[in-house]
Amino acid sequence: MSLLSIENVWKSYGEVQILERLKLKVDEGEFVSMVGASGCGKTTLLKMILGSETPTRGQILLNNQPIAAEPDEQRGIVFQKYSVFPHLSVLQNVMIADEFSAARFLGRTFGKKKRAIKDKAMTFIQAVGLSHAVDKYPHQLSGGMQQRLAIAQALMKSPKILLLDEPFGALDPGIRKDMHQLIRKVWKENKLTIFMVTHDIQEGFELGSRLWVFDKVRQDLQAPHAYGACVTYDIQLQNQSTQQVSEIIAKKYTKEVINI
Amino acid sequence: MKKLVNIEPNRSLKVFLAIIPFVIMLLIYWSASNERLAANPYDKLLPSFSQISAAIDRLAFTEDKRSGEYLFWVDSAASLYRIGLGVAISATMGLILGVLSGLLPTFRAGFSPLITIISLIPPMAVLPILFITFGLGELAKVMLIIIGTAPVIIRDIQNQVRQLPTEIMVKAQTLGASTWLLATRVVLPQIMPRLITAVRLSLGTAWLFLIAAEAIAAQEGLGYRIFLVRRYMSMDVILPYVMWITALAFAMDFSLRKLSELCFPWYHQQEAAK
Repeated sequence: MSLLSIENVWKSYGEVQILERLKLKVDEGEFVSMVGASGCGKTTLLKMILGSETPTRGQILLNNQPIAAEPDEQRGIVFQKYSVFPHLSVLQNVMIADEFSAARFLGRTFGKKKRAIKDKAMTFIQAVGLSHAVDKYPHQLSGGMQQRLAIAQALMKSPKILLLDEPFGALDPGIRKDMHQLIRKVWKENKLTIFMVTHDIQEGFELGSRLWVFDKVRQDLQAPHAYGACVTYDIQLQNQSTQQVSEIIAKKYTKEVINI
Repeated sequence: MKKLVNIEPNRSLKVFLAIIPFVIMLLIYWSASNERLAANPYDKLLPSFSQISAAIDRLAFTEDKRSGEYLFWVDSAASLYRIGLGVAISATMGLILGVLSGLLPTFRAGFSPLITIISLIPPMAVLPILFITFGLGELAKVMLIIIGTAPVIIRDIQNQVRQLPTEIMVKAQTLGASTWLLATRVVLPQIMPRLITAVRLSLGTAWLFLIAAEAIAAQEGLGYRIFLVRRYMSMDVILPYVMWITALAFAMDFSLRKLSELCFPWYHQQEAAK
């Protein structure tokens, strides 16, 4: 039984068809990278899995249940930016995740409960390598550190699915490499199922166990919005050799994607 | 020689340049006043500094013969009470209604058009209505300040809430926040420094409506006094009163800014870095 199944999902905004005929199944523990030209709908699919957008046709099932139509604790997210609360310190930013559920009215905890949450938060802060900055505020952190914090926040809820929306797009190449290591570690250790949207096709290959390439297969030059994109390549990246082969395919393909 | 746009004055030069216009203004006043008084010692238009200080002494440090009160302080207390109460109520309304309508689309759908229309009513035009309904007492004057400032603050806060990044709202929901916790733990602390800014900007308007209401119907108050002594062309009273009002307005603005910097350092550091 697959964790998430996308059953014939179509999405359009008015006249503009974004996605069509998406039929995909994802098992627990997969790491799906989504690549494609900008505007091809990969972020739209991510938002539909997140629940902040709903499919025009078809449905998305999580454990055979229709997925909730609003964001909730089952799905964690890390955006490219604005993922952390600017008015809270690093520690508070991570603690708030559990305080939301522990104190339904105040959203704050005290005494023993607070210590327990703090200990849990500290382990995740340590896991993402921010223990030296627990009392800092987000504006005092670099872009990479902010993303680490956002990941730690998301891990607090042990979500079934972690969604990454171009999480490393605004980072320097060197820091990006560190973040790749971190996310791989987090994925393995927490047995997460990850969906990641990226512009960087190389990143898509390096990370992840599966790659989805989004593209339009049907084109109408007179009506460019009449048809939507679908997943044209669905590549398993389990071992080194397939990875290399598909990387060659992708390099050829990248040019096409960029030329659009 | 650097280009003019790149020349940044140093600290002491900045202070000097800031003081200079005030000194020049005082000098111009002083010489003009001297000239007029030399021509006519009973001239009331530009009183000398000694006449002004005598007037201050009479109003602030001498008991009024009729009432036994120190008029200057009675006026100040009355005006500060009115403006303080009016602005506090406006700010509270702005916070509650602004956050509600910024955060809840359903509330906004019913409320936003209404507040837009209300904010376009000229407050001075409804002053007669206020006097008729609430009488000539304190309530009418405080109401005028509220009507003049609350709609602006509400609309501003509503916009500020909507401008908070959607990502933050979605993120909070994925961490398990309910609507209530989203409002109290995520939106409220982020909107407070912006509320203080909105209040600071509305202080000018609040003073305007306070003086206007006091000029029309009051027994005491800074605005009342100015308009009262206008009948005798008492510039020696009007000028220090205007300066005092300016000083009070500045003090309120300054303390609000300091309060905000003290309570929300993350906001000011973030804004400064932009």
